[in-house]
Amino acid sequence: MAAEPTLQFRDPDAADELVGRLETLMAEIAQPVSVMHVCGSHEQAIAKFGLRSMLPADLTIRMGPGCPVCVTNMPEVDEAVSLARDGAIVTTYGDMYRVPGTTESLGDASATGADVEIVYAASEAVELAEANPNREVVFFATGFETTAAPTAAVLRDDPPANFSVLSAHKYVPPAMNVVAELPETDIDGFLAAGHAAVITGYSLFEPFVEEYETPVVVGGFEPLDILLGLERLLEHINDDRAALENAYPRCVTEDGNTAALEAMWDVFEPTTGEWRGIADIPDANLVLREEYAEYDARKRFDIDPDVGTADPLTAECRCGDIMAGTADPDDCALFGEECGPQTPVGACMVSSEGPCKIWLEYGGKPDL
Amino acid sequence: MTDNNRSGAKTVDRAAQMDDSVITLAHGAGAGTMRSLVDELAVSRFTAGEKAPSMAPGRVELAALDDGSAQPVGDGLQSVVTTTDSHVVSPPVFPGGDIGRLAVAGTVNDLAVMGATEPQSLTCSLVVEEGYPVAALESVIESMQATCEEAGTQVTTGDTKVMPSGDLDGPVINTTGVAVVSHEDIVTDAGVSPGDALLVSGTVGDHGIALLSEREGFGFGGTLESDVAPVNDLVRSALEAGEITAMKDPTRGGVATTLNELAEKGGVGLELDEQKIPVDETVAAAGEVLGISPFHVANEGKVVLAVEAADAEDVLAALQGHPKGTDAAIVGHATAEHTGRVVLDTGFGRRYLSEPEGQALPRIC
Repeated sequence: MAAEPTLQFRDPDAADELVGRLETLMAEIAQPVSVMHVCGSHEQAIAKFGLRSMLPADLTIRMGPGCPVCVTNMPEVDEAVSLARDGAIVTTYGDMYRVPGTTESLGDASATGADVEIVYAASEAVELAEANPNREVVFFATGFETTAAPTAAVLRDDPPANFSVLSAHKYVPPAMNVVAELPETDIDGFLAAGHAAVITGYSLFEPFVEEYETPVVVGGFEPLDILLGLERLLEHINDDRAALENAYPRCVTEDGNTAALEAMWDVFEPTTGEWRGIADIPDANLVLREEYAEYDARKRFDIDPDVGTADPLTAECRCGDIMAGTADPDDCALFGEECGPQTPVGACMVSSEGPCKIWLEYGGKPDL
Repeated sequence: MTDNNRSGAKTVDRAAQMDDSVITLAHGAGAGTMRSLVDELAVSRFTAGEKAPSMAPGRVELAALDDGSAQPVGDGLQSVVTTTDSHVVSPPVFPGGDIGRLAVAGTVNDLAVMGATEPQSLTCSLVVEEGYPVAALESVIESMQATCEEAGTQVTTGDTKVMPSGDLDGPVINTTGVAVVSHEDIVTDAGVSPGDALLVSGTVGDHGIALLSEREGFGFGGTLESDVAPVNDLVRSALEAGEITAMKDPTRGGVATTLNELAEKGGVGLELDEQKIPVDETVAAAGEVLGISPFHVANEGKVVLAVEAADAEDVLAALQGHPKGTDAAIVGHATAEHTGRVVLDTGFGRRYLSEPEGQALPRIC
């Protein structure tokens, strides 16, 4: 029963203690503090548990470019839609289903006859290819290191010839540099994503901490993990210390999952590409290396999306600013009006990790 | 339907315009998208030429979009309550029940939450596909009859259609239920007032999470079961124990949709204490794995009730004293603030509890 919290990391009394500690630290710091998280799952947990309504008033948590679905660029969606329209079975994660391309999402294509299948894992897409040997099965692969490593694993395991990957995988660290350098952002500390750090290890952030002289704390996703992460960040900010700390040691190690990293870098190489609405980011898109060209949908097919004209509302969408942490969802005129989960203008309103979807569902600001 | 306090109002309008060529699965998911379709496509035409919805005693019209309809009959002190529901479910036999039990319980429960706890009779309209095994159909019908006996009612008329092979995926069962009640016994969705207590009759999310797990092939140790059951007898116990101001069975869209509808139709805000909402531990864990909230998925044997504050403990005791209501709980209250919205105290901070949007889609991470 929910009446007796049985989950160790969901104890409201422990949360109250941590919040008391945050209040003490904020009183010592004696000026407003902004910290940024870089993970949609952090935003999801913060909103779902109503954590912002517990925090000291001058402690602001901003959202960074931590939702891989949200930063998937429209032309990447157009490629997937085009492949589905041309007769391939396009498989993808549920979050991508309704992300708008220039004129159509995969969901739109599916409603009018294209073959789009939602999968939980890359391996399911491979199973689908095995079950349909006479069809081309394309896995529209999205996500950060946590999903790039499994995509790499299936490619290294000799998938069937009718299977290919359309990679829209992203790599976070270069995007953090871009955000840290934006003149509009003034961030006192970063809460780094525990999931991605399980793969990469926390040592990955050392160069960032040195370069930008800003503390980074790797945090988990339960409410107490997040509050602990904030407490550690405020400690460092209070002591004016550009430190790197792992506040998620039950999952994250210094060097990460070396087997997963090896698979990932064996299959993928980083390249420069646009993150939707933010910027061209150097080395932040993952594409298949030449050795895996036979499984690269971009090389196997002559993809020529007939993109048409975008919805004029697209020009008003502030997804990019929101993902860069320079605007909140309710700063966008479309939020909850023309743009909603059934009729998203931007990807931020689609994914369960998307800040606009999260704020519309749970309420964002602590105004309750 | 008034949508003025919902931030999604214009969104829904745009959805209707954009989707007007084809029906999508989101139209069947039970929340705002479906209501706007029903409103714009059907209600406006079926009620063409009518004046404003009648507030006459004993009358609940189509425009109220309640669980069923009530029309005065005879001497004018009684009403006939009717409701109809078509049932499709994949798979047709699932942990804890089957489509036959669902078809009877769904209609009996829709009548019950209107205050009509003694269903006079049911109709059964069956559509099956050529090639469907007779033995499978036989077990569905047997299940319907057993559930009718449990609910104290019977099927008194019906119809059968057979479609060519390939035209249908599994059986479709429509049931319509009829009951006669006194005017003063009718309970609508719209009666919640500030101060009323909110109760649920048991653990939430069991049916939806059990079926999603089954469909996605997650076993979770085989402990997840649908709660599908007729609850008219349970509702009768509650009605006898105190003043119930509004009542609804939280089927498609889950308790979140039901609570938002009660808030909207009653013109009140609802404040819920998440720690008090009963959720089975395995259901909670499976929901976490699937990325789907137990508050957002269907229940088929539960009731959400708004009760005058003074009667709340009596109604709770009546529910808990019934075998189908042992886990019942008082979970919150209505207020004059946050009109049309549901606010959830998570035990940490506070946030909105919103309706799910469209079909539940498994997430990436």
